[in-house]
Amino acid sequence: MRHLVSVLVQDNPGVLQRVAGLIARRGFNIESLAVGRTHQPGLSRISLVVSGDDAVLEQVEKQLNRLIEVIKVTDHSEPHVERELALVKVSIAGMEERLEVKDIAEAFRARIVDVAKKSIIFELTGDSTKVNNFVEAMRPYGLLEVMRTGAVGMSRGEQVLKVREKKAV
Amino acid sequence: MNGAAAILKALEMQGVDTIFGHPGGTIMPTYDALYDSPIRHILVRHEQAGIHAATAYARASGRVGVCMATSGPGALNLVTGLQDALMDSTPVVALTGNVPQHLIGTDAFQEADVVGITQPVTKHNFQVRNVNDIPRIIAEAFYIASTGRPGPVLIDFPKDVQQAEFTGSFDVEINLPGYKPTYKGHPRQIERALEALQKAEKPVLMVGGGALNAAPEIVALAEKTGLPVIPTLMGLGVFPGTHPQCLGMPGMHGSVAANRAIHHADTILAIGLRFDDRVTGKVSRFAPHAHTVIHVDIDPAEIGKLVKTTIPVVGDAKWVAAELVKGAKKLSLSKWWAQLEDWKIKYPFAWKPKPHLQSQEVIQAFWEATRGKAVVTAGVGQHQMFTAQFFKFDSPRSWINSGGLGTMGVGLPFAIGAALARPGELVIDFDGDGSFQMTLQELATLKKLNLNVKIVILNNGFLGMVRQWQDLFHARRYSEVYLADSNPDFAKLAEAYGIRGITLTDKAKLHETVKEVLAHPGPVLLEARVYHEEGVFPMIPSGGAAEDMIIENPRETVAGD
Repeated sequence: MRHLVSVLVQDNPGVLQRVAGLIARRGFNIESLAVGRTHQPGLSRISLVVSGDDAVLEQVEKQLNRLIEVIKVTDHSEPHVERELALVKVSIAGMEERLEVKDIAEAFRARIVDVAKKSIIFELTGDSTKVNNFVEAMRPYGLLEVMRTGAVGMSRGEQVLKVREKKAV
Repeated sequence: MNGAAAILKALEMQGVDTIFGHPGGTIMPTYDALYDSPIRHILVRHEQAGIHAATAYARASGRVGVCMATSGPGALNLVTGLQDALMDSTPVVALTGNVPQHLIGTDAFQEADVVGITQPVTKHNFQVRNVNDIPRIIAEAFYIASTGRPGPVLIDFPKDVQQAEFTGSFDVEINLPGYKPTYKGHPRQIERALEALQKAEKPVLMVGGGALNAAPEIVALAEKTGLPVIPTLMGLGVFPGTHPQCLGMPGMHGSVAANRAIHHADTILAIGLRFDDRVTGKVSRFAPHAHTVIHVDIDPAEIGKLVKTTIPVVGDAKWVAAELVKGAKKLSLSKWWAQLEDWKIKYPFAWKPKPHLQSQEVIQAFWEATRGKAVVTAGVGQHQMFTAQFFKFDSPRSWINSGGLGTMGVGLPFAIGAALARPGELVIDFDGDGSFQMTLQELATLKKLNLNVKIVILNNGFLGMVRQWQDLFHARRYSEVYLADSNPDFAKLAEAYGIRGITLTDKAKLHETVKEVLAHPGPVLLEARVYHEEGVFPMIPSGGAAEDMIIENPRETVAGD
């Protein structure tokens, strides 16, 4: 099963290497990993797409939590928003194709961000299935380049990923 | 004050009294500051021995062990020791020098990506980039190493950080928002555990190295309930080996009683252990009748990692065991004990006497002569397993071996570290001729310190454990395990270092030789030339289960013929 996992981390040098290294070392299968800063100084947030059964997911969460710089881990099984951004460069042979490709892009609400004589770059956001479908729809026309950010996500409503209050030990 | 002096002051503030290390280019500013420091430095002859000694220092004392090395090759020689300490959950802080920051990433002389390389083999690691961060990072490193599930922490100090003028404060606050170990077990889970024990007909209590600090509570729990106790290799001594309720260690070379008890148990209470494959054998066939597994561990990731757990208790072994003692009642286990006693009596650890001197009798003779009052270390292999079987450990922190990583060569550096941690106590290193030769340069360190360490090399002229597997599983094709044709005269080797060396070949002289070894003040190396084709039994072949246990050497006829 596919899971989207959010990880709140201290933004120290090497933290991404620690997270990625752990995933590789423990033999977990990840589809994508995306990372960026948060609104709070010193904190970054990582989105992982992991496949595995419940036992695997439990280990992923627990092992991530063992990393000193990992502050919080959540598996988004609850209602959540998931988005991925993709840049897709499609080769264009002639006017007819150009129109067809534009039609498809409109159906996916993809934006054109670059137009050249023999190619167009589309920008698309959506969940990963939508991005997959768009890429497949463009494939017959000739894909020149595809760059995807990997999925990012957050819980709907008031639930947030935050620094835990200091627990008494 | 420069960074180097700040490092030593911060270490002093952590209560550090001993550092095991070896100098080199990039750590020289700290060695210069050490010249004026009250901290004792033990000059080892190889950095690997330094971290092993620091590990044993930690395990024998319960305090954090500290070691130091220079950049590049020095730091890389720590890698094995870091993983060893990680797998056996030992609090160690390793300090390394590095090239100055402006040279990092330029393939400078003696440069290596030590922080990158040691990430997977440490609980955490740091590189100090600002001299004023030294006190905070050292405080955090000691806190991380010694709390929760203990482990090794490495701090890397670029040379310019050691040389820079320190203008910061030593009054620091630890700031680790992502690190909050849980010490107190959940009361409801503890209640459930007690209820499960009440209902159990065939319960066992397994204890591991995570219960090292909980020995009094474990004894109280066992005695109050009447539970049979199975200490793992790392847990030997947590529960007295001579206690009538002790079944001996479980696993690949464990006792018949322990393995059968686990196989037939309906309820397992496991405290401070991680169900290593050398304990479980094939996990799917491990404890097939146990409907209830209560797993107490401070590391939540260990619970449910390998063995399905019915009652998880995340918490410190000492705290949880004390709570269990409070609520525990005497269990009616007479039927279960009748069975256990039968196994214990029928299948004690034993050996078939031969005309040659044998490893088992040498270990037994030392145990008898010392009444078990010694800190014991071992290398890795047959001699290690024989020591675990025949030296009965009655107190925690008296047995220091490499359980998780199985690092050959730890015996001597462990003995040096243990002897420094426990002055005035006898330390015995039962070693193999193969293991010993991996770190024998530390005879120089031993000689210099003149410690009361007795090295007992059980020389069978083979890499014995590998030979045993080749014998059983590779049609006796003894590929690259024969050492006897090129082993040194170990006694002469010791004498060359100025250490008393004794050779024993005659079985009849065993007891007088043991006396002679123990009577000699200071270090002694005894080479015991033992039977070379001995096997360690019982044995559960790798990937097998308790039912597959080979009780006696199939190469030999049944005992008593």
